[in-house]
Amino acid sequence: MVKTIFNRFAVSLLLLAGVANAAALEPARFALIDPLTGPMSVVGQPALEQLKFTADRLNEEGGINGHEIRIVGYDNKINPQESLVQLQKAIDNGIRFIIQGNGSSVGSALLSSINKHNQRNPDDQVLYFNYAAIEPSFTNERCSFWHFRFDANADMKMNMLTDWVAENNDFKKVFLINQDYSFGQAVSEAAMRMLKEKRPDIEIVGNVFHPLGKVKDFSPYISKIKSSDADVVITGNWGQDINLLIKSASEYGVDVPFLTYYGNTPGTITQVGDKGVDRIYLISEYHGDFTDPEIAERQEQMYKKTGWDLYPRVSVMLEMVKAAGDKANSLDPVKVARALEGLQFESMAGDVTMRASDHQIQMPTFISVLKDNMSHGAEGTDFNFHEVASFDAEQATLPTSCRMRRPK
Amino acid sequence: MLETMVFSTLNGILYGLLLFMLSSGLTLIFSMMGVLNFAHASFYMLGAYFAYALGLHIGFWPALFLAPCLVAVIGALVERYGLRRVHASGHVAELLFTFGLAYVIDELVHLFWGSIPVSYVPPDYMQNPLFTLFGTDYSIYRGVTMMIAVFMFAALWFLLKKTRVGLMIRAALTHGDMVGHLGHNVPRLFMGVFGFGCALAGLAGVIGGPLLNTEPGMAQTLGPIVFVVVVVGGMGSLIGAFYASLLIGLLQTFFVAFDASIADMLGAIGISVDPYGEITGITLASLAPMTPFILLVLILIFRPRGLMGELEP
Repeated sequence: MVKTIFNRFAVSLLLLAGVANAAALEPARFALIDPLTGPMSVVGQPALEQLKFTADRLNEEGGINGHEIRIVGYDNKINPQESLVQLQKAIDNGIRFIIQGNGSSVGSALLSSINKHNQRNPDDQVLYFNYAAIEPSFTNERCSFWHFRFDANADMKMNMLTDWVAENNDFKKVFLINQDYSFGQAVSEAAMRMLKEKRPDIEIVGNVFHPLGKVKDFSPYISKIKSSDADVVITGNWGQDINLLIKSASEYGVDVPFLTYYGNTPGTITQVGDKGVDRIYLISEYHGDFTDPEIAERQEQMYKKTGWDLYPRVSVMLEMVKAAGDKANSLDPVKVARALEGLQFESMAGDVTMRASDHQIQMPTFISVLKDNMSHGAEGTDFNFHEVASFDAEQATLPTSCRMRRPK
Repeated sequence: MLETMVFSTLNGILYGLLLFMLSSGLTLIFSMMGVLNFAHASFYMLGAYFAYALGLHIGFWPALFLAPCLVAVIGALVERYGLRRVHASGHVAELLFTFGLAYVIDELVHLFWGSIPVSYVPPDYMQNPLFTLFGTDYSIYRGVTMMIAVFMFAALWFLLKKTRVGLMIRAALTHGDMVGHLGHNVPRLFMGVFGFGCALAGLAGVIGGPLLNTEPGMAQTLGPIVFVVVVVGGMGSLIGAFYASLLIGLLQTFFVAFDASIADMLGAIGISVDPYGEITGITLASLAPMTPFILLVLILIFRPRGLMGELEP
């Protein structure tokens, strides 16, 4: 008896709270599933901070259709199994927008799991926004209606990088060093295939894989690079693996250029400093010149507020999702997804399009090199990446083999 | 080829000496007190973080000396007010105590210094090359690290073999009760040894931090390997730990340096197999992180008392 009364009381309280809240619309919640602790957190934390930073700005402009944007971090410790547990947690908490970037191994697990979830729950679907897991298959043979990629995939980047290498006749011997998992293998495979096509005279003098996130001392790998007599190194390493690789290389006086996918991983510039100038190249959606004063201001604010540098494509991703939500006038995942398909957007790095056929973003890309005395330095130094080559979205694009299956 | 050999040897020895610094403390504590200190690698991590934090205020060199002393004090306090009380409840309790302590230290480090790596780097002038061989620089810092490690090894040997304290420690290793009956303060000796062992781990952290990245996971990465060293060398044997450290250091470095696959090696002895097979395509480099544990299993099967151990475990 007492229990029933108590229950009724609780229910009416809940109802009251509901009425009070109805004035404000329910928030649009996003779950970031990424490494937030441990050695790889240098890539998860800046994304989380960037999302919150951008969300604050977008919320001032009214959020998504008046729905406040909220970012919730879920730590996956860069482990695919743990990511699935965190995904389930996020879904159980009612979150329908999942963001992940670091590690195609994690991305692959999330992709399968989200596909399965959406198939089994046709009334309760989940979207996956991917800002950095760039293994090509996600937007080719494994493409999914529920997945959107906001970064150029590994093949696209390698295509541009090898175009640039092919034009430079100083490069004769290429050394490849990558992490030993699907993404690292994809980078190495693409590099060999494309170099052979574009510059058959270039010799691949090394093609090395090391365990992902396990190597603390890159000395043995550096002595291999040294003894191979390479005149350029290409690496898809990210997180701690690029950090320590570059650090070791500078320590041992390796002075050949490093063409990196992620040379701007936080911590790298601080640790390598002077020795990286004119030596570390980066292929990415933006550069450190900050020619647009508004973006430059944003970089300054971001660093001052969070201690991390601006992370352009993470910001662009959230802005695009907001644009799609506004366009769809809904938070329903299927409607948002349909609005995102083919969406054209004027981003800080130029005009971008979310290609409808495979959900691969089409965007301009830059190759840049580390310089000192830059007007807007990274990581509180005066070093940053200066543009040396640019590719517009048409040059960056690659065809897809995707045959998208859409919900009815 | 020669340059790979030379640098791999140098790097392997350096890594081995670091491992020895860690495992010497662990093996001393074990042989004397019968306590397998699970928190040992955590003291190593504390050393690195203390040196980083102190270095910001008092400079690199003073921090290099002060940090291990701080770790020693903490170690001694842990023994005096933690382990000694738990000791009455037997070995299992002690084991659990150090196990818990490892977690506590890990969490505290997360709390104080955050979960991302800190930028603990040696001063600029030490990053200049000490010598250049075959076009590869060997930094002053690596040279200094190697020197400190060798010096520490010599000092440890001198302390144990040539001093009165060393005599007491060696006696207490095997005949603790007798040393007590002779009027020496054995509990105080235990506290000293525990603190000293922790200081060695701290010193390893101080000089290893800049080489192996100072981050909250560093204890977990090195912890298991240190246990492997102690078991392979023989429980409680210092000289065994020394050989095992160098062995593992060199093995790991050389496995990375010589990128032969299993098929290549079988081919060399005249058995030809598919060089790109599931198993035969595995390279030595990808086995490198596993080598200590393979060694551990082999040693436990074929020589359970370890390389130099006197006791059957």
